[in-house]
Amino acid sequence: MSAKSASRNPLSILKSHLHAACAATALLLGAGSAAQAADLNALIWCDHADPALLQPFEEANGVKVNVKEFEGTGAGLAIVEQSQPGDWDVMVIDSIDVPRGVEKGLFEPLPEDKLPLADLFPQVKMDGSTVVGGKRYGITEKFGYNTIGYNKTKVDPADMQSMAALTGDKYKGKVAIYDYYLPVIGMAALAIGKKTAELTEADLPALKDELLKMKANAKLVGEVTASQTALATGEVDILVGGGEWVTAGLAKENPALDFSIPKEGAVLWSQSLAMFKDSKNKDMALKFIQYIMSPEGQARLATSSCYWGMPANTKAALTDDQKKVLRFDEQPGFLARAQAYPAPSADLDKKMQDMWTEMLQAK
Amino acid sequence: MSPSGNNPLPRAGRALPRAGSALPWALVTPALGWTLLFFVLPFIAMGFSSLTAHEGGGFTLSNYSQFFTNPSYWQAMVNSLEVTAIVTVISVLLAYPFAWILAEQVPERWQRLALMLAVLPFWTSYVVRSYSWLLVLAQNGVINRALTGSGLISEPLQLANTRFATVTGFVHFFVMLLTLTIFANLKQLSPSYRKAAADLGAGPVRTFLHVVLPLTLPGIMVGAFLTFVLCIGDYITPQILGGNNELLMPQLVMMQIGRRGDFPLASALSIILMGVVTIAYLACARWLKIERA
Repeated sequence: MSAKSASRNPLSILKSHLHAACAATALLLGAGSAAQAADLNALIWCDHADPALLQPFEEANGVKVNVKEFEGTGAGLAIVEQSQPGDWDVMVIDSIDVPRGVEKGLFEPLPEDKLPLADLFPQVKMDGSTVVGGKRYGITEKFGYNTIGYNKTKVDPADMQSMAALTGDKYKGKVAIYDYYLPVIGMAALAIGKKTAELTEADLPALKDELLKMKANAKLVGEVTASQTALATGEVDILVGGGEWVTAGLAKENPALDFSIPKEGAVLWSQSLAMFKDSKNKDMALKFIQYIMSPEGQARLATSSCYWGMPANTKAALTDDQKKVLRFDEQPGFLARAQAYPAPSADLDKKMQDMWTEMLQAK
Repeated sequence: MSPSGNNPLPRAGRALPRAGSALPWALVTPALGWTLLFFVLPFIAMGFSSLTAHEGGGFTLSNYSQFFTNPSYWQAMVNSLEVTAIVTVISVLLAYPFAWILAEQVPERWQRLALMLAVLPFWTSYVVRSYSWLLVLAQNGVINRALTGSGLISEPLQLANTRFATVTGFVHFFVMLLTLTIFANLKQLSPSYRKAAADLGAGPVRTFLHVVLPLTLPGIMVGAFLTFVLCIGDYITPQILGGNNELLMPQLVMMQIGRRGDFPLASALSIILMGVVTIAYLACARWLKIERA
């Protein structure tokens, strides 16, 4: 449906009036604490809320970065839709979802000549998603793997080199599953020999069987905190979908936690930065993106207190210890074996989520 | 002539001067405005959203039909009702004797302190309390350590990440709520009722079953209804303690929003949930005498 026809729909008219009323109310209520025009307003994931990351930028540029955390692209885009144009300057988004923001006309093309694209790991540039219509709308800032996270003192690391361990009897009841359907469905695809980029509706029955086998072995299916806690406290020994984002940040307290890239491969996750088309502070927004992509910014983002992850910039100013924990030098080999996040169409996405719901409800 | 025509005193409703009628409206306007702004308008918006297609917009009933045709969605409602019913029954069974002891056995001068101690867990953050339960019920938690340490069991029990954990977390919270409503009801009960029952030859058990219990039923029902409403709509407790080994309705609603941003389906599921709460209200409205509770 085109925007024009949508605007003629009585439901849409009423919805737009209600949205306007809600926005006006929010504006009224928030007038007292509204961000200053000179501030930078960022829609972010929790790793960007770390003061150790933001303070150097704020001090260097004399600007306050106002952040709002969100989980899930849908929730993030909903915040934008319910805001006034220009309320937000930059956004952190799943790299595969950059086109969703572009389709909604939210993002501003980024000047490639002012970004360190040549320094990025080539495999994580994700031009298939971050470049739309020949223009770059997103730049990958951080990445990692949804793979097998485990406690190496409790399981045989050799077993973790195959996804068969996740569905076998040996570790039954010792497994947690990360509660995000796309990467774990991607892992199920790898386990049955399918490529994540080529998944179709016809693959769903086989994927469902694999997911149900994983669920039968699992003690819990948990979001970030729950699954991380379960692995760290010994409630489980294996986390399906885990990776450096779980183990690296806990390395000091719990050096027994590790991750493997099994022979079947792993799913590559990556997050991008995008600038809003209606930003009133585009120069500062670009400066922020440049800061995050700088070697110093990349090191701070990679080791953020919320979760660690690989910096997209190969020149990130990480210490040797940090590189060791992140297994920086092994990245070329890991990347060669990793496959992209599944990026299904809206229809297939819905079917995958319903399949995930079915898996969660399975006894 | 009206039946009151001979009454020298004017009827209260009519006798109030017109100027005075503005005051009650002025007093109630902030609450009405609040309700209109933060309940009625959002509810209307949610209603329209639930009738809109996620992809492309336009009118549709598919968001509602999905609930009835997808067994996983339907199962979420069944799970929610089962958990809520179990929690409500257990909470009432635990709260009533607790409230009775507080009201009848604890000396008057200690009652306030005892009540404060009873509701002390209310002072803790809801999320912190749920995570605390996770630590208590975990494989290496207090309970399993005690049981294995004492030799009662050889292998730890799976207590965390189960329906049992969800129910435990809920019951801990709602026993406090029910204790308050039942305690208030018991304190309002005149001792004369029990004395009269005793005079007529009723023993303690009979007095309780035929006098005290029926008279405190409004307090129980108000507390039970609040428990039902708060429990069936709660997302945090099952999310933290249930381990996603089964989905309840609020979790299903949240799932639609995260990545896909399917607000129409989330709205439809929320309205169905509200419908169930309304049915529950109507079913027990007869006993819901809030002013007595």
